[in-house]
Amino acid sequence: MAAPATQLSGPAALSAFSRPARSLWGDAWHQFRRHRLAMAGLVSLIFLVVATLLGPYVWTVSTSEIDFTQSLLGPGFAHPFGTDDLGRDLLARAMSGGRVSIAVGVSAVLLAITLGTTIGSLAGYFGKLDNPLMRLTDVFLSLPVLPLLLVIIYLFKDTLRQLFGAEAGVFIMIVSVIGILNWMPVARLVRASFLSLKQKEFVEAARAIGDPDMRIIIKHILPNVLSPVLVAATIGVGNAILTESTLSFLGLGFPPDVPTWGRLLFDAQNYLDFAPHWALFPGLCIFVTVLSINFIGDGLRDALDPRKSS
Amino acid sequence: MLTLTMAACGQQGTSTATTAPSAAPAASAAPTAAPVTRGQGGDLKILYWQPPTILNQHQATGTKDADAARLVLEPLASWNPEGKPVANGLASEIPTVANGGVSADFTTVTWKLRTGVKWSDGTAFSADDVVFTYQYMKDPKSAVTTSDYVDGIKSVVAKDANTVVVTYDKPNPFFYQFGVSGSGAILQKAQFGAFVGEKAKDAPGNLRPIGTGPYVVKDFKPGDTVLYEINPNYRDANKPFFKTVTFKGGGDAATAARAVFQTGDVDYAWNLQVEANILSPMSKASTVGELFTVYGASIERLLFNFANPDPALGDKRAEPDTKHPFLTDLAVRRALAMATDRGTMAKELYGDGLSGKSTCNLITAPPDLVSKNTDSLDVCKYDIAAANAELDKAGWVKGADGIRAKGGVKLHVLYRTTVNALRQKEQDIVKAGWKQIGVDVELASVPAGTFFTNTSPDGANHFFADVEMYTNSGDPDPTALLASGWGTENIAQKSNTWQKGNYARYSNADFDKIIADLKKETDTAKRAALVIAANDHLVKNVVIVNLINRTFATSGRAKTLKGVNPTPWDSEMWNIADWSK
Repeated sequence: MAAPATQLSGPAALSAFSRPARSLWGDAWHQFRRHRLAMAGLVSLIFLVVATLLGPYVWTVSTSEIDFTQSLLGPGFAHPFGTDDLGRDLLARAMSGGRVSIAVGVSAVLLAITLGTTIGSLAGYFGKLDNPLMRLTDVFLSLPVLPLLLVIIYLFKDTLRQLFGAEAGVFIMIVSVIGILNWMPVARLVRASFLSLKQKEFVEAARAIGDPDMRIIIKHILPNVLSPVLVAATIGVGNAILTESTLSFLGLGFPPDVPTWGRLLFDAQNYLDFAPHWALFPGLCIFVTVLSINFIGDGLRDALDPRKSS
Repeated sequence: MLTLTMAACGQQGTSTATTAPSAAPAASAAPTAAPVTRGQGGDLKILYWQPPTILNQHQATGTKDADAARLVLEPLASWNPEGKPVANGLASEIPTVANGGVSADFTTVTWKLRTGVKWSDGTAFSADDVVFTYQYMKDPKSAVTTSDYVDGIKSVVAKDANTVVVTYDKPNPFFYQFGVSGSGAILQKAQFGAFVGEKAKDAPGNLRPIGTGPYVVKDFKPGDTVLYEINPNYRDANKPFFKTVTFKGGGDAATAARAVFQTGDVDYAWNLQVEANILSPMSKASTVGELFTVYGASIERLLFNFANPDPALGDKRAEPDTKHPFLTDLAVRRALAMATDRGTMAKELYGDGLSGKSTCNLITAPPDLVSKNTDSLDVCKYDIAAANAELDKAGWVKGADGIRAKGGVKLHVLYRTTVNALRQKEQDIVKAGWKQIGVDVELASVPAGTFFTNTSPDGANHFFADVEMYTNSGDPDPTALLASGWGTENIAQKSNTWQKGNYARYSNADFDKIIADLKKETDTAKRAALVIAANDHLVKNVVIVNLINRTFATSGRAKTLKGVNPTPWDSEMWNIADWSK
């Protein structure tokens, strides 16, 4: 039986007999659907993902073809998002850039959360591991990011480039770098929640009936920690998208002709005066993505909070 | 904070006044302006968006420092726009072979100094100060940034109080190496005598130099502003025109452009490195300021790697005994050159002459060294069809993916340069052209600090890439540029920690012969012919693909400011004593 069930009151437990069995995720989805903003976020995120994945098959304009006669055109029929100073179509570039940016953002955050949750729950649950793991977290927090990046890139760039090719190699590198440098806040959150939750009666009850540690961690405590983690994650996605653009700026990211959203914004900054559309659309894409993910996170948190279930 | 006001008068300055050197061999254009009197003008406001931090050319960390120091510390002579020395400094005339100042074998140079020159503190200037400056520069512990200019000098001796003899180790065709331009600024022995070697950095004179120039420092806040007033002991009784100079630092290139073109807050704004399509409308619409540029020998170009940069080679990577799999094939290099659209680059990115123009030559100045043979070459013309035909003929066949290959070798190029918005656009244009001839291009960009160093594997020196792009500038005499750039003895490699200048690992007996002859030749016309031959060799064999002749200076000045005469070889402040309004 799922963990929140241990907290259900008598009448709710009784009613379980008259309805089909409910799972944690079934309940959550039921709750989630009632959260309007979250649903709106989900729809727009799905739209963005589908647009970046399938869009280039519909809008078949080249992302790299240079045509100076078309440079810096505002939005219009031929170029719905306008063009940049080399006359390249910004809609095509935004779609192909979105693939990279969304993929980087989501995978880097998944990595950060996996690492952070694992380390945080181990530290929070096992008193003996607490001190060493938290000191490790401190070490990572105090690492100077830029020199570390330089070292990592110096060490692995060529190897990864050879193994996976220029773009995939950089993708793996960037995702791991962002992931590895962002798990610490998650670990601290998870640890703090674990410390308070492991004293709760339902955990004691689970221990009393002989549940092994791993089961208690995964089945009983973890679902209760999900909400802070999801909030941290949604904020992280936006951050990761922006970090990728910083890396590109330092020449450590993707090759300069790969149009990520961050790169498009960076290229556009000097033209804000007379070609605002160039910065507007990629900026809007990042904004909508981050906002949607934030709403989804909000909805998920409410849906997964056992204290809020009906 | 920034409260610069403009002391503008309404009339437009059209004439360009320059120095009128007495015995200079240079035919420097000198339309004389109306006679001016000392201190007649008010305050001259100069804006350098990179603020000066030190006022000593020999310790300067950038152009901004050397330029700010130039108002106070003078060299023996300056370079004029034609690349000829002008005696507007401490020398009374320019030594030449003709006047006996330079020995026929180019090893000794005898400088005659002006008599009766006084330092700003009232003491007399003499040849001892010149000799001292040489010793100061020569001491490696002084760590001067101008040390290149004392390399290969055997001695600098004061023959008498007004004569200095410079002797080189071996014949030096660039015999004005010591003493001309900012790198030859003369320091006062009395002020700097105790600060040679490790103490050089601590010299109070670095912030308050005593000089012979038109101005003295009244107040200096490093990293912010320098205030100057007239040097009471300056040798020309009628100069300088401006009573005081405010040399303000800070901001960025775009705000500097606004200050001189839109608000008119300043009389002079240095180095307006702003995209052409932003700078051009701003300067054209301006009623108070105007943009001026000067072309020299700053060439943006592509360099091909003749060694093999394959990382699989380990320690042998890009060493000169390896051979590049396809760039050693002349047909491939020719095709790449023909598929490079430098015309579009110049037009769209450099504003069609605003900040650069297209060129196929490496040597673009001084005028008598410029080759006229390259314009007609096929490798200097953008022609995709001819490039494709060239590769077809050489047996490079397009595969299913559209990439050409021959014998299992694919035309895949890693093309690296620095992080810079303009350069990334150049990369895009080159890539678009090369793609059309079946060459796969992978772009890379690294920060300038990483690129221009011999310690980074991503650097220009290591050249762990197939093609790289950056700008080179030279002295009026290009011998050193040519020899260090492509001579066999100067190949950058592991054993010399990549400190030599031949990054391309180019080695060619014909070229080495031209350079050897050039080093020996003393006749001016024959030297020019050799320089042109070297230039043509590099272009014809597509050792490099020259793209853009970039402006050496791109600055703005108030329309009322007269006498500004920028030169590509010297500080923009070289003739500030002649400026007026």
